[in-house]
Amino acid sequence: MLHLALFSIFGAICVAGAVNVLIQRHPINSALSLIAVLASLAVEYLLLGAEFLAAVQVIVYAGAIMVLFVFTIMLLNAGEEERTRGSRVAIVFGIPGMLVGGILVAWALLRYSGTGPVSVGVLPGPPNTIAQLLFHDFLLPFEVTSLLILIAIMGAVVLARGEETPRPATKEQG
Amino acid sequence: MSISTFVIVSVIKIVIALAVLLTSVAYSVWLERKVLGHIQNRWGPSYVGPFGLLQPLADGLKFIFKEDLTPPHVHKALYIAAPMLSVICAVSSIAVIPIGNWVDVAGLHIPLEITDVNIGLLVILGITSMGVYGVALAGWSSNNKYSLLGGLRASAQMVSYEISLGLSLIGVLIVSGSFSLRQIVDAQGGRFWGFVPRWNVFHGQEVAFFIYLMSAYAETNRVPFDLPEAETELVAGYHTEYSAMKFAMFFMAEYANMITVGCLATLLFLGGWHGPIVGPPLARVILPVFWFGLKVFGFMILYIWVRGTLPRFRYDQLMAFGWKFLFPLAVANLVVTALVVAVRA
Repeated sequence: MLHLALFSIFGAICVAGAVNVLIQRHPINSALSLIAVLASLAVEYLLLGAEFLAAVQVIVYAGAIMVLFVFTIMLLNAGEEERTRGSRVAIVFGIPGMLVGGILVAWALLRYSGTGPVSVGVLPGPPNTIAQLLFHDFLLPFEVTSLLILIAIMGAVVLARGEETPRPATKEQG
Repeated sequence: MSISTFVIVSVIKIVIALAVLLTSVAYSVWLERKVLGHIQNRWGPSYVGPFGLLQPLADGLKFIFKEDLTPPHVHKALYIAAPMLSVICAVSSIAVIPIGNWVDVAGLHIPLEITDVNIGLLVILGITSMGVYGVALAGWSSNNKYSLLGGLRASAQMVSYEISLGLSLIGVLIVSGSFSLRQIVDAQGGRFWGFVPRWNVFHGQEVAFFIYLMSAYAETNRVPFDLPEAETELVAGYHTEYSAMKFAMFFMAEYANMITVGCLATLLFLGGWHGPIVGPPLARVILPVFWFGLKVFGFMILYIWVRGTLPRFRYDQLMAFGWKFLFPLAVANLVVTALVVAVRA
C-alpha cells in the first residue's frame, strides 16, 4: 500500500517535471526539471525492486550526463528563450495526435506483446542478476551497443576537432 | 524487531550519527587551522578556550549572527538552494557507512550504521555525484564572472575525476565480490602469513588506493586541486558572493565530504574497523569503532599535511593529469585485477 502510494507520488512528480521542462523559459530551469524527472524515475525503479538500476540511473544520468548539460548552458551563458506565438497546426493537430498515438502504442503493447503491467517489487534487482543478463544472456546486443557508442564518440571527436587550419604566422611578441 | 522499536532505534542512530558528523566537521576545521599553523611555524587558534578548542563554537556563533547579504543581481531561488544542496548531499551519505560491528543493547542486535543496503557503495557514489550541482549552481546563480569560472572549473574537475575514482573502486569490488560496505569490510578480516592484515590495500589494490587518493583530493576540491576557489586568480571562486551561514554551509559540505571520502578509503582499502582486538567484552565493542575512527583521523591529517605542503596545479595540468595519467592507470589496474581474479578462480 505504501509502495503504491509512493509509486504514484513519484510518478506524478516525474510527469509534472517533464511538463515543466517544456514550460520553463530559462534553459537552466528546464535542465533542473529534467534532473528531477530522472531522479524520480530512479525512485520508480527502486520501488519496482531494481535497486542497481536505480543507483546507476542517478549516477549516470542525473549525476554525469545532466552535469554536462548544465555545464554547457553555463558555458554558453544561454539566456531566456524568446516566446513566439507558436504554430497553430501544432496546437490543433499535434497535441491530440500525440495523445492518440501514445494511447495506441500503449494499448498495442499491453494487448499484443504478452507483457502485463509489472507489479511493485518484482523486477530483477541484484547486481549479479543484471550482470548475468548483460554479459551472458544478452552478450551480443550489449557488445553491439558498445560498438555503437564507440562510433558516436569518434564522431563527436571528429566534429569537435573541426578542420585543420594552418596556424597563421604570428609576429614575434616584443 | 517490531516496527516501533525499529523506528526508535533508527531515529536514535540518525541523531547520534548526525551529531558526531557535524562535531567532527567543526573540529576538523580547528584541526586544520592548528596543524597548518604549526606547519607554517605559528600557533593557529589559541585564544578561545584551552588550545583554542572552543574556536569552532565561536566561529559558528559568528556565522549565525553575521548579516546574511543577498546581492541584488543573483538568481535568487538557485542562489539560496545551492548551499543547501551541497550540505544535504555531503551529509546524507553518512547513512550507509558502517563504523563498527554489531552491538547488543537491551536484547537487541544492532548494527553500527544507520542502514545496510546491498548497493551501499553505489548509494554513496550517487549522492556525491549529485553534490556537483551545489557548486555548479552556486557559481552560475551568483551572476559574477569569478563565481561562474569557479563553478565551471569545479564541475569539469569533479566529472573528470569521478571516472578514475569509480574505476579505482571497481578493482576493490572485484576482489570483494559485493557492493555492500559491510561485506566488503568483512572480506578484509584476517591476516596474510600471520602478520600482514588482509586489507585490500595489501591485497593487490595498492595502485587503486593511489588513484583513489588522488581522485579524492580532486573530488573534494582540496589542495593541490583547489582550482575552483583559487584565491589568487578567482577571488574565492564559486562562493565569492556568499556570506554568513550560506558561506559556512559550503565549508561544512567540504569538510563533511572530506570525512566521507576518508570513511570510504578506510572501508574499502584499509580494512574498516579491523585491528587488534583484546580485552573485556566492552573493549571488544569499543575497539573496532576506535580503529575506524583512528584510520579516518589519519586520513584527515594526511589531507591537512598535503595542504600545508603543496602548491596548486595549473588548470591544463590538472586535466592532463586526470585524463592522460590517472584514467589509463585506473583502466590498467582494472584489467590486471580482473585477469588475476579470473586466473585464480
